[in-house]
Amino acid sequence: MRRWLIWVPLAAFAVLFVVVASGLMRPSDTTVHSTLVDKPLPEFRLDPMVPGKPGLASGDFGKGRPRLLNVFASWCIPCIAEAPQLMALKARGVEIDAIAIHDKGPAIADFLRRNGDPYAAIGDDARSRVQMALGSSGVPETFLIDARGRIVRQYIGDIRADQVDRIVRDVAAAR
Amino acid sequence: MIAETGLAALWFAAMLAGLQLLLGVLALRRKDVAGEQAVAAIGPVAIVQGALVAIAMAALIAVFLNTDLSVKLVAENSHSAKPWIYKFAGAWGNHEGSMLLWVTILGAGGALVAWKERTLDRPTHVATLAAQGAIALGFYAFLLFASNPFTRLNPAPIEGQGLNPLLQDPGLAFHPPTLYAGYVGLSVAFSFAVGALVTGQVGPAFARAMRPWVLGAWVLLTIGITAGSYWAYYELGWGGWWFWDPVENASLMPWLAATALLHSVNVLAARDGLRAWTVMLAVVAFSMSMIGTFLVRSGILTSVHAFAVDPRRGAFILALLGLYIGGALALFGARIGQVRAGRSFAFVSREGGLVVNNLLLSVILGIVLIGTLYPLVAAGFGVRLSVGPPFFHAAAGPIALALVAVMAVGPSLRWRQDQAEAVLIGMLWPLVAAAGTFALMLTLTGGMDVLPLLGLSFGVGLIVASVLPITRRNWRRTPLPIWGMVVAHAGLGVSMVGMACDSAFTAERLVALYPGEATIVGPWRVQLDRIYPNVGPNWSALAAKLTASRDGAAETLRPQQRYFTDPPTTTSESAIATHWDGQLYTVLGQQDAATGRWQLRLWWKPFVTLIWAGGGLIALGGALALFGRWFKGWQRRRYEALWG
Repeated sequence: MRRWLIWVPLAAFAVLFVVVASGLMRPSDTTVHSTLVDKPLPEFRLDPMVPGKPGLASGDFGKGRPRLLNVFASWCIPCIAEAPQLMALKARGVEIDAIAIHDKGPAIADFLRRNGDPYAAIGDDARSRVQMALGSSGVPETFLIDARGRIVRQYIGDIRADQVDRIVRDVAAAR
Repeated sequence: MIAETGLAALWFAAMLAGLQLLLGVLALRRKDVAGEQAVAAIGPVAIVQGALVAIAMAALIAVFLNTDLSVKLVAENSHSAKPWIYKFAGAWGNHEGSMLLWVTILGAGGALVAWKERTLDRPTHVATLAAQGAIALGFYAFLLFASNPFTRLNPAPIEGQGLNPLLQDPGLAFHPPTLYAGYVGLSVAFSFAVGALVTGQVGPAFARAMRPWVLGAWVLLTIGITAGSYWAYYELGWGGWWFWDPVENASLMPWLAATALLHSVNVLAARDGLRAWTVMLAVVAFSMSMIGTFLVRSGILTSVHAFAVDPRRGAFILALLGLYIGGALALFGARIGQVRAGRSFAFVSREGGLVVNNLLLSVILGIVLIGTLYPLVAAGFGVRLSVGPPFFHAAAGPIALALVAVMAVGPSLRWRQDQAEAVLIGMLWPLVAAAGTFALMLTLTGGMDVLPLLGLSFGVGLIVASVLPITRRNWRRTPLPIWGMVVAHAGLGVSMVGMACDSAFTAERLVALYPGEATIVGPWRVQLDRIYPNVGPNWSALAAKLTASRDGAAETLRPQQRYFTDPPTTTSESAIATHWDGQLYTVLGQQDAATGRWQLRLWWKPFVTLIWAGGGLIALGGALALFGRWFKGWQRRRYEALWG
């Protein structure tokens, strides 16, 4: 056996240790600037996910009012943590649509029943095609689309309580 | 008084763990009278330490059974109106109590090694006990300084806050102790590896001494995971049996490492190969247990299992992890060069198959670890993300299929060297069975997803391949460990068939019904007869009476919505009808406020029970092997005692 190979496990563990330790001490900051910001929303058309609620197409955006586009899934635990903030945003007049990733109708219906339903429309993105086109790498993520149909902001990770005020301001600025 | 007795016992146990470490160092350093005395003392010290921590655990159970509300832990997690079984099991249904259970099993493991282990050479035995003492010492410190279960409250509250209703299930009494015994049993393998690295005695004798511990821990871990999966399946009411939740992954990772270890320790015991690799796996297996404990107890990842979120505790456990895992890996790096290389073998051989099996298991372990920690890495960049089941299925699924293919071939291979053509001819029947299943499913169903289709075919092939090794043998003369291997391997095939059937053929139905209305799910007609109130010891409920009928036979199911008052929570109690060909799973939902109809979720899950039946077979296989080896040892000892 090569001498240096013997030390690989220790090195791997050291990397793991640093990642976890930095995770423990990290101050939280969620602003990430995506390359898609200031670009038009990519073209897409998605089927409805649950009965009684329309599907979603890129043409639904840019009709003179800014909207949030939330990328979520029923199997995603941070999405549950995020749900109260989305309900709060809806209560303050923010319009929210959603794309459900790798999911099934009944599971989504159940998720909405448990965690509240802030969405005007939910599109079924079973194979993550639109998610990829949006440059979203995981769930949850939320995009702010302005009145002209351009992506103006990307909020990566779950929206937390202290972000709600700022997002309401962002939405107002995107008119 | 009971709480103080428990705390005192815990302190004494901690001191003895420190003494155990010191005696071990002394015994290995000094070859004079003091060294000999240390060798003589270390075993009894380990046994007394195990007894003391058991007293502390008993004291905690006693204060929970008495509902002594002046103890903070009881006040926060129990309630006088709870049934006694949940008072008893509630002792470990919280952070502090579960950590105490953890060290209790650690102490018991050390005591057992001191008392029962006879095959290991003396210096390695002493070094093993010293390592076990060192691990225990750190976790005692964690309990005493950061998670004291015996802290008093003054004044004591009038009533406790109750136990999370999801945990108020008989499963709580059995699942955590079994799983912990498995986790911590691996600590013995870890200590063996550290001991062997200190003395340099890595060989077949070391492997034979370590094997029963690994087997025992692995059997318990298998039972714990299987039972936990079934518990989550019926208790959470989501119809799923595995959620890739961080804590589930935390139990799967040590199991994967222990499975690899189980196989490589056999190569070391039988053929004196894979020395460094076996030692490495023994270190990794328990490291994964500790990382699992850390993930759960630090609250660093969001999970349904997390108890208390406390970064200070997280930092404490992380420091212990750094010390033990880092220390063991550093020792490995420094000392493994002095362990002579074991015997070599050709690629196409039993050893070669086991090496491939080990590598594939390690890859799956790596995938699960990365998937579990991905949210944490993402958080390093200020993001909270979860990758979810799609990642795990896509990444681990194909490798698991490759692993099954190797499992099918492996047991038919000869040690040292074998002929590839002969092996392929031997695989004729499994191949026929797998291809037949594949073709049959394709024609019957039209379009199945690729992974379930392959999973089903490979599973059937594996069952056939697993029984091949005994078809040409005299069954009465076949050693029990061989039977164990056959049963365990076939069990995995059975479990895979269950998983594939569940994901491919499950019929699901979400309906809103008025009493008297009926719906169809799979082959079943389910009628909602009526909704009626129901009460239990500490809950009230609304229950639905459902009549399910198929082929003229009818039966009654009663799913419930339960309302607990302490703490105020609603849980849905699913009702499940088990048949030979699957389970009908029913959940009662909310009443629709506008129409007055009741929501029902119904699943027909063909052959889903095979998942857990397979898990049971895997554990049974391990138990057979363990019993077989113990029985042979006992026979030999008795023979030697009689005939000298």
